[in-house]
Amino acid sequence: MSLFREYMANYIKTKLTYRADFWVEVLSDLLGSAMNLIFIFVVFQHTSSLAGWSEAEVVFVYGYFMVPFGVFGTFFNLWNFSERYIVKGEMDRVLTRPAHSLVQIMLENVDPPSMIGAVVGLAIMGSAWSALGLPFDWYDPLVLAGLVLGSVLIYAGIYTTLAAISFYSDAPTGIVPLMFNIQNYGRYPVQIYNKAIRFLLTWLLPFAFVGVYPASFFLDRQDGGEMMALLTPAVGAVFCAIGLLVWNRGVKRYRGAGS
Amino acid sequence: MTSAYLDLIRIRFLMMLAYRVNYYSGIIIYAINIGAYYFTWKAIYGDAETLGGFSVAQMTTYIAVSWMARAFYFNNLDREIANDIRDGSVAVQMTRPYNYLLVKMMQGFGEGLFRLTLFMAPGMVVVSLIFPVELPTDPLRWAIFFVMIWFSFLINSQLNIMTGLFAFFVENNEGLMRMKRVAIDLLSGVLIPVTFFPAWAESLLGWTPFPAITYLPSSVFTGRIADTEAWQALLVQMAWFAVLIVPILVMWRASRRRLFVQGG
Repeated sequence: MSLFREYMANYIKTKLTYRADFWVEVLSDLLGSAMNLIFIFVVFQHTSSLAGWSEAEVVFVYGYFMVPFGVFGTFFNLWNFSERYIVKGEMDRVLTRPAHSLVQIMLENVDPPSMIGAVVGLAIMGSAWSALGLPFDWYDPLVLAGLVLGSVLIYAGIYTTLAAISFYSDAPTGIVPLMFNIQNYGRYPVQIYNKAIRFLLTWLLPFAFVGVYPASFFLDRQDGGEMMALLTPAVGAVFCAIGLLVWNRGVKRYRGAGS
Repeated sequence: MTSAYLDLIRIRFLMMLAYRVNYYSGIIIYAINIGAYYFTWKAIYGDAETLGGFSVAQMTTYIAVSWMARAFYFNNLDREIANDIRDGSVAVQMTRPYNYLLVKMMQGFGEGLFRLTLFMAPGMVVVSLIFPVELPTDPLRWAIFFVMIWFSFLINSQLNIMTGLFAFFVENNEGLMRMKRVAIDLLSGVLIPVTFFPAWAESLLGWTPFPAITYLPSSVFTGRIADTEAWQALLVQMAWFAVLIVPILVMWRASRRRLFVQGG
């Protein structure tokens, strides 16, 4: 915990020198989300439902998606992992220290601007919540926290696995953007896709658990989504465990990039 | 002199060929995107026959051809130019006996040509096997379409060059570049055909170059715009190409006077 404080203090010191960059990053993060929301709004001018989902429900799902995605983006900023740590050899420095290597790398790359996306997501959920007139129970915030945690773990597991691949082989440059595109599927109700894609998104690359399934817990849709929602933390635990396993084995195999 | 520029196209083409992994994953990414939007649009249509003037079949074709056209006209000239400016290599380039902007344009074209032959053509075959895409039978329509995506490339590259040149005037144009990318995907019609926007937004977009990049060529390809209207669409593209030359020349002039290399 004190380690975390130290890293944060360091981060703030470096970032305060480039204050404008912080806002540029926040703004361009939000712009991507704005584009997706505009897409939803424009589309619903021409139809009243998307495979049985109303506009407010789809917006709600998107708002939910933004929350775990923002949290994930803050703590798992591993996009340039293989470049920075493997190719440039910074991994050697990390490994000489006592804290777990993944924790160190996470903390070195903390990216607080992404958190603002999560806050905006919460606000979007809130407004869709009242538009739908959903009941608010005392346990809802607790359930939300649990589900978000599960969703974050799913993302964390998948991307940790991907980052760890660079321990085993050369930089898999194409895979991360590929994953980024697949996760786009998870933002809309899975019911609109065919069986194969639905299976993929539920069990193989469970991006549906970072959007539709957990969100339907609050939407009271009675289409089985509520049951799936409760699976979110379990799926998260499984994928996170896989990620950690691949990572730890990769670190053992790691021999440095030479020189 | 011309042969030097042609060589630039060839070199970039070969360079792209060297990075094959990106090529394979690129094909899958485009297939995924087309798939995602295909299913989304199918759900949007539901039981409706036509929306925004597009029938279901036209819409499927529209999505597929828009993404394929995007493969051709898309390039990272803005980023390349901004990097050249930031690390100062633009100064070296300026001393060489060619036009820097034309060089960039040629490199972008080499990239586009690579994707057109090795990406768009096979991609279109695969996509039309998976999804119910209707290819036009009229050879003239194919011809107009290819002329039109050439202009899409020109206009998109012009916008990229302008965004890239902004690096001369501000120290960090990262945000601007990202904004431009989002704006082009959303407003040019890759994600939503322009006719789907509310009327006020649609007429507003008519005054921007964005629809000329994707919406017009894809609409001609699907037959949504035909005959004399198709020629008019081509004229609109030509007009935008001509108009956009002016701000680029102005910026280029001004930037040569302003050039200071950060840390250089």
